[in-house]
Amino acid sequence: MTVAQPLPHDSAALHVTGQARYIDDLPTPTGTLHLAFGLSTIARGMITTIDLTAVRAAPGVKAVQQAADLPFTNDVSPSAHDEPLLSDGSIHYLGQPIFLVIATSHLAARKAARLGKISYTEEPPILTIDAALAANSRFEDGPRIWTKGDMGAALNAALLRLSGSIEMGGQEHFYLEGQTALAQPGENGEMHVQSSTQYPTEIQHKVSEAIGLPMHAVRSEVRRMGGGFGGKESQGNALAVACAIAARLTGKPCKMRYDRDDDMIITGKRHDFRIDYDLGYAADGRIQALDFTHYARCGWAMDLSLAVADRAMLHADNAYLLPAVRITSHRLKTNTQSATAFRGFGGPQGMLGMERVIDHLAHALGMDPVAVRQVNYYRATEGGLSAPPPAAPPEDIFAQKKPGTGARFGAAFSPKVAPQTTPYGMDVTDFALHEMTAALLTSSDYHARRQRVADWNATHSILKKGIAFSPVKFGISFTLTYRNQAGALVHVYQDGSIHLNHGGTEMGQGLFQKVAQVAAARFGLDTSAVKITATDTAKVPNTSATAASSGSDLNGMAAQHACDQIIARMSECLAGLHQTSPDQVKFTNGQVQIGATAIPFADAVNTCYLNCVSLSAAGFYKTPGLQWDRIKGQGRPFFYFAYGAAVTEVVIDTLTGENRILRADLLHDTGASLNPALDIGQIEGAYVQGAGWLTTEELVWDAKGALRTHAPSTYKIPACSDRPEVFNVGLWNQPNPAQTVYRSKAVGEPPLMLGISALLALSHAVSACGPGYPALDAPATAERVLATVRRVQSGGCGDEP
Amino acid sequence: MDIAFLLNGETVQVAADPTRSLLDWLREDQGLCGTKEGCNEGDCGACTVMVTDAGGARALNACILMLPQLAGKAVRTVEGISAPDGALHPVQTAMITHHGSQCGFCTPGFVVSMAVAHLNRRADHDDQLAGNLCRCTGYAPIIRAAQAVTAEPVPEWMTADQGKVGFNPLSGPPHRKVGFNPPYLPENADDLATWYLANPDATLIAGATDVGLWITKQFRALPQTAFLHRAKDLQAIEINDTEIRIGAMASMTDVLAVMAIHHPSYAELIRRYGSVQVRNAATIGGNIANGSPIGDNPPALIALGAILHLRRGAVRREMPIEAFFINYGKQDRAPGEFVEAVSMPRTAPALKCYKISKRFDQDISALCGAFNITVEVGKVQAARIAFGGMAGIPTRALAVEAAFVGRDWTAETIRTALPAFATDFTPLSDMRASADYRLITAQNLLLRYFAQTTGELTDVLEVRA
Repeated sequence: MTVAQPLPHDSAALHVTGQARYIDDLPTPTGTLHLAFGLSTIARGMITTIDLTAVRAAPGVKAVQQAADLPFTNDVSPSAHDEPLLSDGSIHYLGQPIFLVIATSHLAARKAARLGKISYTEEPPILTIDAALAANSRFEDGPRIWTKGDMGAALNAALLRLSGSIEMGGQEHFYLEGQTALAQPGENGEMHVQSSTQYPTEIQHKVSEAIGLPMHAVRSEVRRMGGGFGGKESQGNALAVACAIAARLTGKPCKMRYDRDDDMIITGKRHDFRIDYDLGYAADGRIQALDFTHYARCGWAMDLSLAVADRAMLHADNAYLLPAVRITSHRLKTNTQSATAFRGFGGPQGMLGMERVIDHLAHALGMDPVAVRQVNYYRATEGGLSAPPPAAPPEDIFAQKKPGTGARFGAAFSPKVAPQTTPYGMDVTDFALHEMTAALLTSSDYHARRQRVADWNATHSILKKGIAFSPVKFGISFTLTYRNQAGALVHVYQDGSIHLNHGGTEMGQGLFQKVAQVAAARFGLDTSAVKITATDTAKVPNTSATAASSGSDLNGMAAQHACDQIIARMSECLAGLHQTSPDQVKFTNGQVQIGATAIPFADAVNTCYLNCVSLSAAGFYKTPGLQWDRIKGQGRPFFYFAYGAAVTEVVIDTLTGENRILRADLLHDTGASLNPALDIGQIEGAYVQGAGWLTTEELVWDAKGALRTHAPSTYKIPACSDRPEVFNVGLWNQPNPAQTVYRSKAVGEPPLMLGISALLALSHAVSACGPGYPALDAPATAERVLATVRRVQSGGCGDEP
Repeated sequence: MDIAFLLNGETVQVAADPTRSLLDWLREDQGLCGTKEGCNEGDCGACTVMVTDAGGARALNACILMLPQLAGKAVRTVEGISAPDGALHPVQTAMITHHGSQCGFCTPGFVVSMAVAHLNRRADHDDQLAGNLCRCTGYAPIIRAAQAVTAEPVPEWMTADQGKVGFNPLSGPPHRKVGFNPPYLPENADDLATWYLANPDATLIAGATDVGLWITKQFRALPQTAFLHRAKDLQAIEINDTEIRIGAMASMTDVLAVMAIHHPSYAELIRRYGSVQVRNAATIGGNIANGSPIGDNPPALIALGAILHLRRGAVRREMPIEAFFINYGKQDRAPGEFVEAVSMPRTAPALKCYKISKRFDQDISALCGAFNITVEVGKVQAARIAFGGMAGIPTRALAVEAAFVGRDWTAETIRTALPAFATDFTPLSDMRASADYRLITAQNLLLRYFAQTTGELTDVLEVRA
């Protein structure tokens, strides 16, 4: 059985030898043209004149396009049709594309793009949350507000109160492969677009609009990306559309890739947030009422910001029962890059708000924050993951419970205690954090180390250590409910080899390998029998973005469905030939067992072929049971939750604010892992990325709205030595109570939020400098840590101005 | 003009275009697309290649390595890290078995860096890989892979280039390609001195870690260039009983090796200067001559009391290094004059250098402080304190020094000296740090220096869980 094996990434051998091809590595026909955008140099205003004479005269330039030259729609927005490919005359951020250069080389296009002479009438840009609030510059008419219980009354009734605020910065994706697209024109205006995208169907859709042809005339393909992290869900639209327009115009293949600086200046990043909180609580640490206000800086266009801000609200509780809560969310429109999807999709911001509240509350009560967390956790439901794990392997459990039949939970998992509900009215029936917390506190030796940290701090005056625990409960499913569907296409050739295709995209997460393991498992073969092929809208249509951690859940199931159709047809044929029943036909160990007879898979396939059995199938899957009203904030938006827990230890320098992560212990819930090696890779990488978001990764804009950190020289993602020197990662490898593919769980996004423990540990270290609560904002750069240390040393509370 | 070099074992001859990067040439002209462009400025390592010359094999960033710099050397790309028959290098195998690649885009650069480190028998993996960014893995599996192969033998093809370098790099008929002015490649300092006197407007290119960005990011025209890497006498490092004299073209890797013996704190500063790839290219002379206010060598050199040696034609002069930096963008250097060497005392046991940046490795300093305070029988006899990042030029903190030289070396003395920082410095705010942070931290670095002399633990890098 190939499922659950720690097999390497399917492309690992290609990666290490440099043979794996990314878009910019594809051989292109002679005459391929290259594109670059001319960018605005102001953040807000109107263009008064454009003089592109020097651009057109530059060496190698074949054509230049402005908004008025575009043949059809001038729009690359994934949502609100508010994002022109080229400026329509109004400027909304510094770096907005104004004109498109088409030239004979990448370098010629880049050079020419700098030569535009553009004059503007400038307006004062709206850059900050406060400026946007003052100007009432926002998406939607007003804030979105969700409530549970009578928050106001509960807050007033609470004996103890505290309030505060946390600011958290955005984050640049810094996928190592920048945005890239290649369009090759075909007959009748058809277009073949290869691009580095998480969302080939959206590329197909936007290109078809831009060239005025039906979607059937556009084929969108991607074999792999050099990293995505959400940054290639919508941000690649502009390049693909530009290439298609230029290819249509010139009849030549056209390629575009952003130089790194352009990439960082043009494309959106993680939303930065401010979260205000007003808390009512009891002396034992129990939360009674909580009033959250989220302020999300969304940038100039809507993009995916509403869904991001929604998901922040959906994770405002993280792992804790909030008896009475109000969450108010302001989606603010600013003259900056349009903030977009980034691993976690608002979840990290909402969750960090909650974890800050717990940390602040624990400090106020002088309690260990872990105890406060445990007392506020959702109730464990008897028979949930508290139950002893079944002895049988997960695939057997799955086999007993065909999708779509019977109760959602089998008897072993039936809750006997009434579940508690989230602020949005969803029952929490699979809560695993009581057991996971206990296990991690033991394996990490948390309590003893916390004491050792205190002892160490008592004998060191300049350096201070800190240690913190934080949990993750992350909802799995697209909150845009219809997106929870996927297709797959499986061919079995007459020699027994298998061609696998599905709607998911490979960005490094190992999705292709996991789905291949599923397909191989269905047929009882090694993964070497399964050919993984590029995502292609001509093979599987109407795909959803590979996002929301959903890739293996959705596409694994769709592939399984396709395989099972072929297996059923083969079983019927083979059973007939051997005068037995189809349920006596089994596919295992490269053989097909037909009653008492076993024949090699390839022979069985050939027999079926000769008997005119269709050996190709399209699979389909949609997540069952979802129902969600985002306006009311009520329903069941998630199929299940994925859980995780982390303990991080840090040290800070109270003279400079310099800080290090010394050790991290992670325990993460992967369900019954489809591939433990790939899952551990996701967890380790996500933790470091999450910790980077909250420590060294700082985006700085100047007063004119220019992004000052637009290259790795100034924007600092974690380097090798920034990973925890001691880095223990464990899998909570228990079958998912929900009927997912082989009872696995989604793993892409949830572990990013384990990095929150790093910020909390820094806060703990700062709290060794004085009695006040540190209220450490993020990213906790050396400068921010030092400022917080100085506030605490001077007796102040960190969140006082 | 053409140059010749070895590419994955085969001799190639190319036009010596001074603004053509090895990366673009590999990908566009050779179809060798294993070497990736991640940033095009030498900060991510996705384009790392192995370059062998008489000094051995080194990892370099191909994006800011211009073709003329390769004359007479041997280049091995990721395609040449495997055996000629396709057999994998041990680091490649280990990267597969330890799940060291996810998206795979940074992987070729990592593989080359790891293979070069393996060849050079380096086991300080965090330092060897500080110049390679990975956004997917969190580095842990990559380090596991690197550790797993430390003891494996070096494959023979990895050393195949060593006997072949040093051939005449300028042989062969002129290349047909034109459209640029051929660069000058002096073989020694005398040739450079003569030529530069006649061509004072030319751009001198040492390691191209700065000029490379003028080319890749700013598209600056460089009508006349000289590449100095073939002038071996400019790379000389001479050490006598009292003095270390370092030629301007000594790479920061070579400077690091010397300082590790003689000035360990300066060496620790250099360990965090750029990355392996950057230090292999960057030169001490380039770091001084470009006059950057945030170069990391000048503060250390000022605190050491280093002397800068300049040459114009046959005329040589020298000055205390701090005198070279006049104003932002302006140095005491005449047309046709160049930095030939820098010399400094061989010992300075009191020297401590502190680099403050957002990230520990491969980051540009927000500020960089160097302290060389001589205390005898409890009294401060002399002090040299210098900072980068605190003004438009690297600057000596004269008011601070004056505030405690001659006084007792006590916490009280230190405290009373702190206000003098505001006399010496009015720093700026930028994306690396605010003015307030710079000023406070500069003061606190003096407190750190004092605390270190009392034995207090002050360095977060020395702390373990």
